[in-house]
Amino acid sequence: MIQKEDIVIRVAGESGDGSTATGEMLAQAAARSGLHVFTFRTTPAEIKGGPVMFQVRASNSPVRSMGDAVDVLFAFNREAWDLHHADLASNAVLLYDPEEFELPTEFRGVAYPVPIGAIAQEVGNRRGKNVAALGVVAALFGLGLNKLEDIVRAKLGKKADLLESNLAALRAGITYAQRLEKRDPFWMESVAEHERYVMTGNQAIVAGALHAGVEFFAGYPITPASDIMEGMAAMLPQIGGGYMQAEDEIAAIMACIGASYGGKRAMTATSGPGLSLMSEAIGYASMTEIPVVIVDAQRGGPSTGLPTKMEQSDLNIALHGGHGDSPRIVLAPASVAECFHLTVWAFNLAEQYQTPVILLSDYSLSFRTETVEPFDLNKYPRVDRLRPNGSLAPKQYRRYEITANLISPMVAPGVAYAQYTATGLEHNEYGNPDYTPKNHALMTEKRWGKLAPLQHSREYVRRFGAERAKVGIICWGTTAGPCRGAVYLAGQEEVPVAMLQVQMLAPLPVDAINEFLEQVEIVLVPEVNFQGQFAKLLQAELGIKVLSMTKYTGMPFSRLEILRQIHVLNGLAEPVLS
Amino acid sequence: MTAVPITTPPVVYKPSDYRSDLKPIWCPGCGDFGVLAAIQQALAATQMNPKDLAVVSGIGCSSRLPGFLQTYGLHTVHGRALPAAIGLKIARPDLTVMAVGGDGDFFSIGLGHLPHAARRDLDITVVVMDNAIYGLTKGQTSPTSPRGHVTKSTPYGQSAQPLHPLAIVLSSGASFVARGFSSQPKQLAELIKAGLEHRGFAFIHVLSPCVTFYDTYKLYKELVYNLPADHDPSDLDAAMHYAVERERLPLGIFYRRPPLEPLPRPTPKPFDTQAYLERFRV
Repeated sequence: MIQKEDIVIRVAGESGDGSTATGEMLAQAAARSGLHVFTFRTTPAEIKGGPVMFQVRASNSPVRSMGDAVDVLFAFNREAWDLHHADLASNAVLLYDPEEFELPTEFRGVAYPVPIGAIAQEVGNRRGKNVAALGVVAALFGLGLNKLEDIVRAKLGKKADLLESNLAALRAGITYAQRLEKRDPFWMESVAEHERYVMTGNQAIVAGALHAGVEFFAGYPITPASDIMEGMAAMLPQIGGGYMQAEDEIAAIMACIGASYGGKRAMTATSGPGLSLMSEAIGYASMTEIPVVIVDAQRGGPSTGLPTKMEQSDLNIALHGGHGDSPRIVLAPASVAECFHLTVWAFNLAEQYQTPVILLSDYSLSFRTETVEPFDLNKYPRVDRLRPNGSLAPKQYRRYEITANLISPMVAPGVAYAQYTATGLEHNEYGNPDYTPKNHALMTEKRWGKLAPLQHSREYVRRFGAERAKVGIICWGTTAGPCRGAVYLAGQEEVPVAMLQVQMLAPLPVDAINEFLEQVEIVLVPEVNFQGQFAKLLQAELGIKVLSMTKYTGMPFSRLEILRQIHVLNGLAEPVLS
Repeated sequence: MTAVPITTPPVVYKPSDYRSDLKPIWCPGCGDFGVLAAIQQALAATQMNPKDLAVVSGIGCSSRLPGFLQTYGLHTVHGRALPAAIGLKIARPDLTVMAVGGDGDFFSIGLGHLPHAARRDLDITVVVMDNAIYGLTKGQTSPTSPRGHVTKSTPYGQSAQPLHPLAIVLSSGASFVARGFSSQPKQLAELIKAGLEHRGFAFIHVLSPCVTFYDTYKLYKELVYNLPADHDPSDLDAAMHYAVERERLPLGIFYRRPPLEPLPRPTPKPFDTQAYLERFRV
């Protein structure tokens, strides 16, 4: 038996079968036994019924994408086979329930019939088939087998009778698998165990916001952002913060603006439809220079679109949504760890620059779990907004004072002699309405000019791959994961590829990008939207020609898709699937 | 020689201490002048320090009011004064928060926020200056204009009926509901003062005519009357009865009850990131 470095296991069934719970516990078990994990899941947009899949990629080295072909498929029913067999690797393993369907004749890999319903039934727990499946998979492939009971206890331990019957189902699954004659080569074992976290992207955003000192949250339920709101609802009352579930997204962001005007660090979280509704208010925050953090967990659009699929198609509205010249900062994390880090940045930048900050996550990142190395919290200190210094004389306070760096001291109500009205009308340094041509030019330049230094920062990009290469990839958000995978695979083949992940989309860090452009000949820009929104942005901002590579199926890129394009651009043959 | 205690004389705020230097942009004769004066009177009556008050508004002639006060102000976008005021009040319960604006803001574009604000019953005082017309956009019909109202946007007459603002907030759980008239500033100041002193959601509907596009001074003077002395403000049915009256326009406190008691919440502790992250450790 050979030990594999990397395995992709997919559990697929009907909504209600518990395949998501199975996958989550499997990911926990693998992580607890020291493996790096990266999960991916799709669910129907409906509450009951419809196909569900949960995928776990586990590896001895860090993993940054969902993986390529599927090594192991556990199909709970015929539909699961129909939907997923095209994704199987050539030497894949199939686990199937013979009471649900017969082994498909076209399948060429190793198949194990697992009557999972019957196994669960035998221990008197028909509904425990997901837990029994967990036992089967772990016993066959070694993913943290000895950790499973603890995990089932932690997940289902609230009711004693339920726990006992689930543990019985788990043991039945393990026993069944141990009696099978193992005919496949997959066995994952950890080389080293050390301290790690297992978190989803949304959990990391909540943790990042709390670390950044969030004091107020208002939101409206929307997939895939709702559990950010739920996390805040649980935590903010415990730390003396303010929270409200608003009547709509407009109310949510306006409440945040009200709280931030009051001097508190405020955040909302939504998805594309909500961001559309917030556009006017974001312009207002930009105009009145009120800090606010807006998380957009993107899903497939336009309109209601694909509520339970990922897409990177809200870039344009994040950058340009709203009327008038309204500056804002836009950040995009690529991984669960970056969800934590960039949320802290989002608060600090909003406070420092007194402007709205939009954090662009997406569905795949919201719900996937990853193993995360412990955060170095000292690297993420809190930055507060500039406040007036000392006591003020009557009528001297200028809320929008033109300072050297164009950032003005922002008072919170309650300070004597500093009363002012924050208005969305064009205003002068005192905040009073002033529509004169000279003033509008001055204040427009102030609002944009204060953000200009960010264009020259080297802090908001990540550089990977070769120092110089024919092909250079520039990407953003979760597409950076498969891009890094492709750069790694190309490196194994001794094909040098350079890569730049841009974490700040507005203002665009042009100095860092220009530097990168000097190191490559062809710029490839992969992104998950139809228009090539980021490619167009780069072309418009930098006056260069890039090669746009788009995908618009509601699914993320795989690293092999990117690698194939790298091969084509390097004049090489198509890669062979391993 | 006996020691004479030195005391600082109390600061006495006059109504004029609440006015900013900005000259109102309203037409001469606008009802909103009377409302501004009544707010200043009410503030002076409470002796509130201007630094501890924030006045939030939306868009419209009346929503320019915060700029004319020497208090903190948040002049937001059209229809959104209430959610901004609620966010501010939740974040800063130490501040006195008012929301002001017109019938377009509160009863048309922002109507969706009104019942939710009322049912939260937070300590916010709302003053709506209702002129039953869109003034800033120069004379279009509003949700409180009468049926048949001929305006530039309804040249053949408004076909819809006017809504009943007081009935909406009463049915949504507001704990203080009153109506005043800009031409009766003394009564209006008393109503606003009572609203400021009420610890829940206080809604004050003010008839505030537009001299330029819909001059209702004469009409309102004929229609208004004070609620009878025997009206019991704790009687929701009676309040509702007066709230939907159309033939005449009652003034005074329609309804008042004690505000909602806050629900129990955990005792706040400082946040510890490292301790919080423990739940994710494997």
